[in-house]
Amino acid sequence: MSADLSYTSVMSRSGQILKKAVGINYDDFRISSLAFDYEKMMGEVGYTIGEIQRIQLETGVGQTPLLELRNITKLARKLAPKGKGARIFVKDEAVNPSGSFKDRRAALSVYVAKRKGYPGVIAATSGNYGAAVASQAAMRGLKCIVVQEVFDSRGIGQPEIIEKSRKCEAYGAEVIQLSVGPELFYVFLCLLEETGFLSASLYTPFAIAGIETLGFEVGTQVMNQEGVPPSAVVIAHAGGGNVTGTTRGLLKAGCPDSKIIAASVDLTGLHMASDHDFNRKSFTTAHTGFAVPFSTWPDRSDVPLNAARSLRYMDRFVTVKQGTVFYMTEMLAQLEGLERGPAGNTSLAAAFVIAQEMDRDEILVVQETEYTGAGKHPWAQLNFAAENGIDIRYGDPKEEVAGKSIIIPEHPRQIQVSEIPLENLQRSYLRSAVAKLPGKTVTEADLDYLVYETKSSRRFVGKILVESGISIGSK
Amino acid sequence: MRGDAKKGDWVQISQVVLEQGQRAPNLPEDTAKTPLTLLVKGFLMDDANLGDTVTITTVVGRTVTGKLVTVDPSYDHSFGAPPKGFMSISSKLREILQDVR
Repeated sequence: MSADLSYTSVMSRSGQILKKAVGINYDDFRISSLAFDYEKMMGEVGYTIGEIQRIQLETGVGQTPLLELRNITKLARKLAPKGKGARIFVKDEAVNPSGSFKDRRAALSVYVAKRKGYPGVIAATSGNYGAAVASQAAMRGLKCIVVQEVFDSRGIGQPEIIEKSRKCEAYGAEVIQLSVGPELFYVFLCLLEETGFLSASLYTPFAIAGIETLGFEVGTQVMNQEGVPPSAVVIAHAGGGNVTGTTRGLLKAGCPDSKIIAASVDLTGLHMASDHDFNRKSFTTAHTGFAVPFSTWPDRSDVPLNAARSLRYMDRFVTVKQGTVFYMTEMLAQLEGLERGPAGNTSLAAAFVIAQEMDRDEILVVQETEYTGAGKHPWAQLNFAAENGIDIRYGDPKEEVAGKSIIIPEHPRQIQVSEIPLENLQRSYLRSAVAKLPGKTVTEADLDYLVYETKSSRRFVGKILVESGISIGSK
Repeated sequence: MRGDAKKGDWVQISQVVLEQGQRAPNLPEDTAKTPLTLLVKGFLMDDANLGDTVTITTVVGRTVTGKLVTVDPSYDHSFGAPPKGFMSISSKLREILQDVR
């Protein structure tokens, strides 16, 4: 019982701690030191999408409305070239019990925890996911601990995260609030070992399968209401789960041609583990600080193999600026009568631009909204940014520099997206893969795996491998 | 004994989880210079003063020891004042929309 709790000792036990706490033996899916059978791992969930919907409905999760944003569409058409301006719809995920799509992500893990007899669940997250796990745990009568990164070395926390702590506590969770640093994972492991609770990680097959119902509903609702599948779906992108789960659900709904567009807030230049930078960003999720590293190497999460693998699913990846998202949040409230949280409007900001590139008869879906309230609101967040020395002004969002300025557009025509070429991410992914190889050779099976992982071609992967001095052998 | 807090009070405690020398490798310099600290709330197990080392029982029933920092910890986050210029966004948007059929 008196395990060594030093940092190195706990980290060295992480494999065995997680095996017990996640309830999945990840070694079952490994094919080689590089490759693993992703679909076999997703099969670990063992429920059909219909069964997952039924489990989620038991706790009031899902079946959220799909709303057409008629005024925002009108505005986009006003700015678009003649004949352009797709109809913009939004999936109003804020009406889920704890106020975001994260309820879908939490529902299965908590259900499984209950069924397998775990006394409680633990999640490591500073996002809406904490409230989702806490809410689901309350409904199923389980204990819940949420571990959050909340404050800097001055003891100051962003109002958005403080609100998220409050919400977890409102549902009866114990909230562990930490200062800045990746050792949150160490604290998380200590708690798993101490309590024997289930790790409701954001990145297990259960979490991702829970999001599939969102994509499935988007596909079926659009087809039922409009008679055609969505032309494109814009998905807020951070750790990759939202992109992965939603796309898998769209595929299950029979929408293989819907373009998958990932959107993140551009926080280029801010270091995610920096005490100084921590309170100089206004977005704690759906930003490039997670989206880029997780796209290019998903297996950096709190599980041995990550079920969120966004590069397998993305067709396009764009970024928007912080000031733009605040502006869209105000636009959504004022023009559509929907007051929703800022981070959830990241994909709406991108959609506003992308709709202008598309034909008028096309349908573009923004697949989430999130709740808003004290702290988690443009007023609170802009005030906090100003207090932390960020220059807040109106003008061309292109000039915004994360951590230094927030520039709110003066006119909707200034809203722009920046492209992150997928090829850059694919190359970066492959370089990470090469760096993990024990030798200088990969097998044919490894090559196939890398093609799936990057949604690219054998030619492309082969070329990068050769450039990196790797040969393709039969062993 | 000032009697800042009584047994059973709802309080917040702090703990240094890792001193600066014990932290993870490869941290940015600014973070590496600070300790990893933790805050958690629960019910106080014995009468105490602010700053004392105390033990609490959390809402899930764990007992945790740390320094007593707050009694009846509050949430102070709010909306605050409207950021300059924010209130005129909507009228500009409506103006642009007006001449759209």
